[in-house]
Amino acid sequence: MSGHISPIREPLITGAKTYHQITEDICGPTERTPSVAWMIAFILAVTGLAVYVFCVTWTIWVGIGSWNLNRTINWGWDITNFVWWVGIGHAGTLISAILLLFRQKWRTGVNRAAEAMTIFAVICAGQFPLIHMGRLWLGFFIFPYPNTRGPLWVNFNSPLLWDVFAISTYFTVSLLFWYTGLVPDFATVRDRASGFRRKMYDFLAFGWTGSAKHWQRWESLSLILAGLSTPLVLSVHTIVSFDFATSVIPGWHTTIFPPYFVAGAIFSGFAMVQTLMIITRKVLNLQDYITLEHIDSMNKVILATGSIVGVAYLTELFISWYSGYIYEQFAFYNRLMGPYFWSYIGMMACNVISPQIFWSKNLRKNITVTFAMSIFINIGMWFERFVIIASTLARDYLPSSWSYYSATWVEVGLFVGTLGLFSTCFMIFTRVAPVVAIAEIKSILKNAGDQYVGMKNALKHDHKHESVKTNGGDAH
Amino acid sequence: MTRSPNKDVLFGLYDDETKILSAVNKARAAHLDIYDVFSPFPVHGMEDAMGFTESRIHQAGFVYGLIGTLTAFLGMTWVFTSDWPIIFGGKPYWAVPAFIPVTFELTVLFASIGMVVTFYTICGMGPGIINPTLHDRITDDKFCLAFDVTDVSDDEKAKFKAFLETSGAEEIDQKHI
Repeated sequence: MSGHISPIREPLITGAKTYHQITEDICGPTERTPSVAWMIAFILAVTGLAVYVFCVTWTIWVGIGSWNLNRTINWGWDITNFVWWVGIGHAGTLISAILLLFRQKWRTGVNRAAEAMTIFAVICAGQFPLIHMGRLWLGFFIFPYPNTRGPLWVNFNSPLLWDVFAISTYFTVSLLFWYTGLVPDFATVRDRASGFRRKMYDFLAFGWTGSAKHWQRWESLSLILAGLSTPLVLSVHTIVSFDFATSVIPGWHTTIFPPYFVAGAIFSGFAMVQTLMIITRKVLNLQDYITLEHIDSMNKVILATGSIVGVAYLTELFISWYSGYIYEQFAFYNRLMGPYFWSYIGMMACNVISPQIFWSKNLRKNITVTFAMSIFINIGMWFERFVIIASTLARDYLPSSWSYYSATWVEVGLFVGTLGLFSTCFMIFTRVAPVVAIAEIKSILKNAGDQYVGMKNALKHDHKHESVKTNGGDAH
Repeated sequence: MTRSPNKDVLFGLYDDETKILSAVNKARAAHLDIYDVFSPFPVHGMEDAMGFTESRIHQAGFVYGLIGTLTAFLGMTWVFTSDWPIIFGGKPYWAVPAFIPVTFELTVLFASIGMVVTFYTICGMGPGIINPTLHDRITDDKFCLAFDVTDVSDDEKAKFKAFLETSGAEEIDQKHI
């Protein structure tokens, strides 16, 4: 199990952990009484959730007119929030699936929490198209089921329907993938628990024993699910972009949208992972598992995808000018100089210019800077969707129907409310499930633990410590 | 619901994956019949040491995926060419490119659900199922090599025990599961 140890890799698990210590450290938060800080944060999160429930009730009770959408601008904060949340979800699948296929060991520290983030973000995203329907109770009409109206089928040629399939498939597959990874770890918690908790984890662990044959199948299943999730995650935001790209609205009808949306999704998702991880590692004391090395790696992804997004913005501008098509040219002139110019500036500043500071390794490894940047990027990516949706719709073909839109308190409340919904789910998750994948961390310990990797580095860099005895594992 | 295989099992616990791996290799070389090996994480090389054949779960996944592909594509074809043909945006009834996204999504959905259900079924796991375990530390930091001693002679049992002792097990115990 020694594997190949690269001398240039930084350790991914610090603190010279043993297998048992890993179990203790990661199961600990599910076993202790929550801290006061957690309680206060949880109360805040549930308050946000209450705001959400109130605003949904208000929307249904008063009607969709409680939003400021009008005939010209018929998509506003709702669809902006939908795209924003779906985008955030993408980082979880990228970390768990694509990085698994690329054999990136640093994924093991963050994949569990990132996948949880995916699931909760998709739940939040799904709320918006549903509420947007106005008559929520007829939501099941979006599914093609044999009905008494003919049967009259849904329009399989419509990108909005593709979205239904993409989002629901994405949610289901992410949930299955996540839960399959959780089962062995629930078994670890189960075998330490007693009383009611034992019963609860007995149920959650599905009867896992850790048999060699089961592990073999489990690994095979994880690999195939990763292989399926990889094209799936790319397809989901591609299809979300089709909601715009297959229309005939200038500024939306562009072939660059699918790759540009996917890059933006990964970009914003990683920013959200950083926001969550920086808080989680501190609150749950997981600095030995989610190290600066992890944060550095994720910042590199942010830099790469942020730059792709920047190139996409500039390409859009160039192509609109080069197309010679006045409506397209106007759409982009309007984004820069129109009534929503401030959101365009916010988008450019947060998404394109600010991530460039991550060319510096010191800033990539700086927690405060990373946290601030992650918030900037989350805001910037929200602006991006708002620019695409609202500024485009506000100025359509007919100047007589031009309009302006700003959200009502109900729409703002719905957005803030989904933040509450998301935080509530995430905080419950940190209390119930191991936040770091225990079994996976154990399986990379001898390749990435600092007592194995770090020892070589220490010997290489500092000859004074040559006399330090190498312990266990290093020999084989 | 507890699912008991109703067996007497003699097992030894090892504290490192390299130790159990060499124990398994030795046991197989000595033609001892291993009941099972349990570990807190997948031990690489164990499937070869145990002589497992490759899992065929991915082949099952391919079949499930194919069912998804056909369900989606043939379903949409039937709806739009024979059950209720409608012209959308001047496209032909059988608008193959527009069917691709839904076909892809259902392929992935069917393959994933099918494989996961298959996995839990063949492993004898699922919500509400409890399989008895040999030791609580197996999901923590111990690696367990188990022999089935339900109907074996005392001689045979002594042989298993001696093997566990010599191969470096730090704890040896017998349990009825």
